[in-house]
Amino acid sequence: MKRREFIRQTVEASAASLLIGGGALWLGSRNDETNAAPAVYEPKNYRIDIDPNRPVLAAARGNDYKRAARMAIEALGGIGAFIAVGDYVCIKPNIGWDRTAAQGANTHPDIIAELVTLCRQAGAARIVVVDVTCSAPERSYARSGIKAAAEEQGAEVIIASDNYLSEIDFGHDSLGRWQVLKPVLECDKLLNVPVVKHHSLCGMTGAMKNWFGALSGPRNLLHQQINDNLVELCRLFQPTLTIADATRVMQRNGPTGGRSDDLIEYDCVVASIDQVAIESFATRFLKKNPADFPFIIEAERQGLGVIHLPDSQIAEIET
Amino acid sequence: MRKLIIIRTISQTLFFLLFVYLIISTQYSYTPGAENVSGWLKFFYDVNPLNLIGISIAAGVLYATLALGLIVLLTTILFGRYFCGWICPLGSLNHFFSSFKSERKEHRAIGLMKSNIYKPYQRIKYYLLLIMAGAAILGSLQTGVFDPISLLGRSISMVVLPSFTWLLRTSFAALSSAGLQPLTYLGEFLYRSAMAMFLPAKQPVFHGLFWLALIFLAIIVTNRIYTRFWCRAICPLGALLGFLAGFSIFGLKKNEAACDDCNKCLLHCQGGDNPHRQLPHHRSECHLCLNCLADCPHDALSFGFFEERKKYIPRPQLTRRKMMFAGLAGILAVPVLRSAMDGSYKTTPRLIRPPGSLDEEKFLVRCIRCGQCMKICPTNAIHPALLEAGWEGIFTPFLIPAIGYCEYNCVLCGQSCPTGAIQPLTAEKKNGLSGSKPVSIGTAFIDRGKCLPWAYDKDCIVCEEWCPISPKAIKLKTESIATANGGRITLKRPYVDAELCNGCGACEFACPVQGSKAIYVNSVGESRNPQNEMIQHRLKPNRSIP
Repeated sequence: MKRREFIRQTVEASAASLLIGGGALWLGSRNDETNAAPAVYEPKNYRIDIDPNRPVLAAARGNDYKRAARMAIEALGGIGAFIAVGDYVCIKPNIGWDRTAAQGANTHPDIIAELVTLCRQAGAARIVVVDVTCSAPERSYARSGIKAAAEEQGAEVIIASDNYLSEIDFGHDSLGRWQVLKPVLECDKLLNVPVVKHHSLCGMTGAMKNWFGALSGPRNLLHQQINDNLVELCRLFQPTLTIADATRVMQRNGPTGGRSDDLIEYDCVVASIDQVAIESFATRFLKKNPADFPFIIEAERQGLGVIHLPDSQIAEIET
Repeated sequence: MRKLIIIRTISQTLFFLLFVYLIISTQYSYTPGAENVSGWLKFFYDVNPLNLIGISIAAGVLYATLALGLIVLLTTILFGRYFCGWICPLGSLNHFFSSFKSERKEHRAIGLMKSNIYKPYQRIKYYLLLIMAGAAILGSLQTGVFDPISLLGRSISMVVLPSFTWLLRTSFAALSSAGLQPLTYLGEFLYRSAMAMFLPAKQPVFHGLFWLALIFLAIIVTNRIYTRFWCRAICPLGALLGFLAGFSIFGLKKNEAACDDCNKCLLHCQGGDNPHRQLPHHRSECHLCLNCLADCPHDALSFGFFEERKKYIPRPQLTRRKMMFAGLAGILAVPVLRSAMDGSYKTTPRLIRPPGSLDEEKFLVRCIRCGQCMKICPTNAIHPALLEAGWEGIFTPFLIPAIGYCEYNCVLCGQSCPTGAIQPLTAEKKNGLSGSKPVSIGTAFIDRGKCLPWAYDKDCIVCEEWCPISPKAIKLKTESIATANGGRITLKRPYVDAELCNGCGACEFACPVQGSKAIYVNSVGESRNPQNEMIQHRLKPNRSIP
């Protein structure tokens, strides 16, 4: 038995050595990923330039908000001009706060419901409604009415978690590294649906500020250079359409608000393919002008849009 | 006989699963307007007679649904400690972890039998109960610290479930970032399903997790050495039921003629009550688990009514002297525990109680440390105190705004409280919307040495942004500041309006100065304690003196 014993011991010792040695070689050949950087983000422009005979911005007024949203988009060319069959659509409302629809702190659920309906009718394959909230997500999604309204129309309503966030490097000249919502990055068409309201620092929460909700992380640091950061967000996220909720606009004590006498009911839904134009238009709902907002001026200066559209490119509709 | 064991096991399993299910369900449901929490979530706390007795002694009131505890009390007087054997979820858990001990070797089987003989340490729980009774007489309710339902509830809510959901989340995220599309879909699908069923959107983390976990683990692990050690030696509910079981008319009967001293009845005895022939049976220890019945090969045991008293020991074997000392120890413990707070309820700045809490003296006679308010809080704001409320207040709830703030429209904590330590509020009452004064849990303070606009000449005011009150309880003043290089900049600087601030902590939560927030909440100004205020309210609003 000595030979068999010899072979057995040799084989076992060799196998063990090979495993350990091979394993070490394999590990050593792998890149040390601790300092691996995420890919630098190239801004994706989702904007579709439509028929030049169509308005660039449409404002529809009426107390049926679904109808107003629909008519505003009709005026721009109809949903079919923007959404194609089989598209993956990401709808980015403002669901930031634990407030009811009437309190004006979040996008009105009727507008979201109508957008989902329209996208479905246009043949979208997947419609995702998502926002990174400030208040507890379950409460904000539920009490704003957006979860129920969107799901009723067949949208996929997602509460963001690690699953739905990617680490992105915007570059150290820009915002640096952030966790960004995957649907915003991966969709075919991006709809920005902000609510227009007062904000003590930047004056107005509108389309550009709404992009805060695409980021997860220390957003409370962005206030230190709020105007520059808003312009950066406008540059990094360029949606297919912006639909601004100016139905009940908070005039003071924003962005959380809470009292009905903080609101003016303008009953208006504005849609545009130009982020800067719609932001400028929205300032009137706070009884201000675009010139009062440094971030709007800078955004136009950087070529991200136009502040004053010629009257022929603006449509105002009574519904 | 085996059939009864199966029925008992099913009963234990069902009640345990029900307990876990009720705890998982103690969370905000997605339905808007569904701020009302079902009373069924408190079922186990309502039927727990220890809460009933404890609060009756300590607070002198019979609180609402706790009257259900009477049912358990009365049935225990009739039948004995069936609650321990058939219902108690911690008992069932301990039973499970005490099982599967090897009997293959004879010395192991004999060791197991010997370990199940009645031991003097089983008397500790009665003295512990008496200590708690003494403390309760003086207005300090400590039953919750050792109550099995509260303890298991805390452990499941704050140790087991968060760990489990963390593991789930991590595995879902790993699936989604594996780089393969089908795995990503699987990860997302599993995540969405879990979210729809029970997974909270934000991963909760609890202060004191380490100690809660250690205590829970210690109880579970001890079962491997001493069967049901907690149930036999420590559990005050077991002690209460044990006292009552002494009166029971139903219990174990030994047919000594049929017995041959094989001692197999001792193998799986849960209560440590001496079902075997050689020593007298302790009825107050028996859990009615019926294992002895199933294990006896000679049909020498049965359970029935009206066994002769002289054939067993009905009452716990306590001496009057020790009982008196135990009660006295409880009474004397109160000023000692309380001396951590200078003999009176001196206000502790960081002890921010949930909105709706009674004043501290009343709070501490009601709080049973169940941890349900901590579980239900959607912002993970409420945490179990270790020493923040003194030794007397261990595991009572308090807020840590840096982890989570009190959401303005939320009133869930009061709804989940089984004893009214936190009174149920409506959002209207909480926020003073119907004319009454709003509930305040504290006041925010700004540290100008840390605040970015005050100390670093940088724009911020995130605190004002998050303040949920309208008009804002943080005011801004636009000031022109001289900079170090001789220029001037304009900044908005925050000031807290103490009369409007309700102490919710949203500002502290949102403040970017990590680790040591530039705006922080102290309990001063809490409406539950009129002594704890710093602002004198104006006598009359229209006096001529400005």
